[in-house]
Amino acid sequence: MRSGHGIRWVVFWLLACVILFQCPAVAGEAALCAPGDTASIAPTVVQPSIFHPLSPPARQIESLAWLVMGICAGIFVIVEGLLVFSIVRFRRRSMESGEPVQLYGSNPIELAWTVVPLLIVFTLGLVTIRVIRDVERETPPEGALEVICIGHQWWWEYRYENPLSPQGEIVVANELHVPVGRPVWLRLESADVIHSWWVPSLAGKMDVVPNKTNHVWFVAEEPGLYLGQCAEYCGNQHAGMLLRVNATSPEEFDQWLSHQASKPVDEPAVAAGKSIFLELACSTCHTVAGVSDGAFAPDLTHLMSRATIASGVSPLNRQTLRSWIDDPQNMKPGCNMPSLKLTTDELDDVTAFLCTLK
Amino acid sequence: MSSLSTHQEIWQPSRGKVGMAALIGMECFFFSGFIVAYLYYIGASAHGPFPRDVLEVKPVIVNSVALLSSSWTVVAAVRALNTGRVGSMGFWLLITVLLGTFFIWGTLAEWRTLIYDKGLTISTNLFGSTFFALIGFHAFHVCLGLMALSTVWVLGVLGQLKPSRDAMRLELISWYWHFVDVVWIFVFTTVYIVGMRP
Amino acid sequence: MTTPSTILAESSNRSVLERMHAWAVTVDHKKLGVMYILCGLVFFVIAGLEATLMRIQLIVPLNDVLTPQGFNQMFTMHGTTMVFLVGMPILLGAGNYLLPLMIGARDMAFPRLNAFGFWLFLFGGILLYFSWIGADGLYGSGGAPDVGWFAYSPLTSRTFSRGNSTDYWILGIMVSGFGSMTTAINFLATILCMRCPGMTMMRLPLLAWMMLVVAVLVLTAIPVLTAAQVMLLFDRTLGAHFFDPQQQGSAVLWQHLFWFFGHPEVYILILPPFGFISEIVPVFSRKVIFGYALMVAATVGIGFISLGVWAHHMFVVGLPPWLNALFAASTFLISVPTGIKIFNWLGTMWGGRIRFSTPMLFATGFLGMFIVGGLTGIMLAVVPLTHQLSDSYFVVGHFHFVLFGGTVFAIFAAIFYWYPKVTGRLMNERQGVWAFWILLLGFNLVFLPMHISGMLGMPRRIYTYQPGRGFEIWNLISTIGVPVQILGVGLIVWNMIRSLSRGAIAGNDPWDAWTLEWSTPSPPPEHNFDRIPTCTSARPLWDRKNPTDPDEHVE
Repeated sequence: MRSGHGIRWVVFWLLACVILFQCPAVAGEAALCAPGDTASIAPTVVQPSIFHPLSPPARQIESLAWLVMGICAGIFVIVEGLLVFSIVRFRRRSMESGEPVQLYGSNPIELAWTVVPLLIVFTLGLVTIRVIRDVERETPPEGALEVICIGHQWWWEYRYENPLSPQGEIVVANELHVPVGRPVWLRLESADVIHSWWVPSLAGKMDVVPNKTNHVWFVAEEPGLYLGQCAEYCGNQHAGMLLRVNATSPEEFDQWLSHQASKPVDEPAVAAGKSIFLELACSTCHTVAGVSDGAFAPDLTHLMSRATIASGVSPLNRQTLRSWIDDPQNMKPGCNMPSLKLTTDELDDVTAFLCTLK
Repeated sequence: MSSLSTHQEIWQPSRGKVGMAALIGMECFFFSGFIVAYLYYIGASAHGPFPRDVLEVKPVIVNSVALLSSSWTVVAAVRALNTGRVGSMGFWLLITVLLGTFFIWGTLAEWRTLIYDKGLTISTNLFGSTFFALIGFHAFHVCLGLMALSTVWVLGVLGQLKPSRDAMRLELISWYWHFVDVVWIFVFTTVYIVGMRP
Repeated sequence: MTTPSTILAESSNRSVLERMHAWAVTVDHKKLGVMYILCGLVFFVIAGLEATLMRIQLIVPLNDVLTPQGFNQMFTMHGTTMVFLVGMPILLGAGNYLLPLMIGARDMAFPRLNAFGFWLFLFGGILLYFSWIGADGLYGSGGAPDVGWFAYSPLTSRTFSRGNSTDYWILGIMVSGFGSMTTAINFLATILCMRCPGMTMMRLPLLAWMMLVVAVLVLTAIPVLTAAQVMLLFDRTLGAHFFDPQQQGSAVLWQHLFWFFGHPEVYILILPPFGFISEIVPVFSRKVIFGYALMVAATVGIGFISLGVWAHHMFVVGLPPWLNALFAASTFLISVPTGIKIFNWLGTMWGGRIRFSTPMLFATGFLGMFIVGGLTGIMLAVVPLTHQLSDSYFVVGHFHFVLFGGTVFAIFAAIFYWYPKVTGRLMNERQGVWAFWILLLGFNLVFLPMHISGMLGMPRRIYTYQPGRGFEIWNLISTIGVPVQILGVGLIVWNMIRSLSRGAIAGNDPWDAWTLEWSTPSPPPEHNFDRIPTCTSARPLWDRKNPTDPDEHVE
């Protein structure tokens, strides 16, 4: 029964090796093969994975990851191999008796396993420092699109400078749009607690800290919808603070930008809903350009140009919008938007009004 | 091989000394937290009052002299107990306690001016928060030391002290008292010298 | 004349109430040690249940077994409990029990302070758990704390954390922290001042050396946490602004203070297990520890360096790049003494005649798992890689390999190893072997997949996740591992309870070991040794058993 342990250890170790080495491969595969959203205008969906980089910093980190994992895998095989070998080779056999030779230590050997690890980590340190310099930029890349990103409990606000808009800037919520091939320099700020901006295929994460300005940069290399989510625990709905980055061709991006800069449609047919929106608490938090001016919640000027609602928790259409207004706590428990207990008619009117905000 | 000669008595420090030294080391790290916070926030307050507007160094210097000189008097007390002179120890302890009480009284007076006349409280701004926390915790530790010292003084007056048994104990308390003084040097430097610079 | 020599039977002629009273007022380091460990195990079961609830919630995407707040409370309480109410008390309790026995002393240096420390820990823990009932406060948003075990500001401010739950977190941890600090003072004084004749510092059992360094780390790290918690308490109750961004307070200062405590804390939780392994591996390999002096040096080195690596928890906070590089360097550096230890244990096994009794089985399990945790730790020291992996499930996998595969496996090794000394009876070997393999399997099922889901972009601390992102299968496997783990732990607990009355009588020295605790009866008498032993080398009992081949003197 005792000797059985050796064999079990070997089996276990082999399995562990196989599993460990499969991790990155599987991770990469999963990101590539994952089925996309089945939205009507479906862009290529890039599921998050650090092994599916489509932007220079993410690429650089990926190749660094392979190097580091290679080194660690080497160490793993050697050390676990030595362990398993010792277990198998030096287990006590029944015919042996008495104590083995006592070996108190050996200076050359101990020196060796001090110096060799030192050399390995020294190398790793140098590699690390080199990549830090490239990834952690302190100035924007040349020709970068500069966007301000503000983390809120539990949604994202993006501000683009834009001369076309009356305020000189465009404010959108939750869905970041960027042109393919142009560097993006995100200035990260927080309105309340610490969040973290993380879209693995574009760049490593960076915390969004109140009273501190951080930056993250990337270049989306292919058009598509890049997914990610908040990575620093920020309270109740930390899990419901999803990130979506739409990378489109520069032309489409400009088109989108000028559309966002335009005034909202003023549709007389929905005046009833508009007045409810103004009379009730909606307008204290939400901005609709030219209608209301709230700062605590997502800007709704071009609400219906977005694909999702509630920071990506649900796709956006008339039905989901209606049920969201009816009781936000149902879709996103703990979020800061209260249910205003509207009657069915009021609910229909407000929904109709919001649906005109294309 | 292993002869009995290896059973030799080994030198070991007294556990009281090690215990007190460990306690003091621990307290050092506790204070370093507040000192770091103070240094981190120098000049960071969103609005006044700022240190240079409201802090007066002169009375604090008088205070500091009182506290630091009490380190000498406590040494005299320890020496007296070591040589069995309980009466003399009582005298020096009383002086020490009075000096310490003077320091506390001075701190209270400073706080009174700050709070009532100059409108600085712990919730006014970052300076107020860091100032009252740091100075307050130091004063609290002075009070602890005073309680220990006055207990010894009372025991001395009641004739309950045995020099042979208690000399070491008083010495350990005096270590703590020295520590409170040394911390004050750091606190003073942080608050009244570094923190006052424009 | 074979009286059942179990720990409970020693006073069997007294009533239950009298016996409970004796335990409540005891200042005996052995009873206190046992109480520490038992309370730690109770909290271990509670924290395990919390973890189980989390895993059930995460078994499928968009699950709603727990509310978001409920989930957040679970991971906060799980983390806080495991660190402060399981790891610390079990390890400090083991130190309490073993140190005087190993260094040939009659008790700790300050027995009453020792009892005080234990009760502080226990009441601190109860205070934390009382928050479930007591934290309702004025705002009606009660229940347990939900700010995470590192309680990042400003999420902990009154604005974002209403009610009193965070105050319970602060006070519970602060009170039990005071307990840990008194115990650490006691450890220092005991190890430095209470050694038996002949036991020079370089003849100290390695566990005692590790405990010495742990005591120093407790005394340096925990006061800083206490200071930070006091500031937070002032913010919350007196309206101070230490961590208030509205008043230019810094959210980053909390992180600096917290992790200045938090990283040494990790070494507080792993050094005593290193000590267990350093005692168990030589005995079961039948060889002296390889490179005693280097082991001591590595321990002290780890202690020092661990005070200078804290900001590697903050690589994505936006510190200046040079600072990140500096902390990456110190983190790489600390892996060297840790590596030395692993090699020295392997060197001890090399050429030995290894008996795979359960303690050794768990010890080798520790080695195998800790190596993985250490290597993923090296990966996380690579700053740019941490930009991706920080705060992801990869990190969760990493530190569970260190703290579960490492610390908890070593604790089980220690339980199997010293149980006969504590109770006078051996634990069931066959059940122990089963428990080990089941636990090893369950552990890997739960925590290996987390590395993958982390690399796929799954952040930690999310109460649910979106379907279609490739997280599903890995979360499913993780949750499937939970019952396996529960079975393994349950077997061990059952084994502990059952062996109390059914286990084979152990005798003084069931493992043929070499340190002084095995020279006294099991369980040891209240005064530990009838005659204070003397010490001739780092392995006093080896010298007695092998007079022709005594231990070399390492001085």
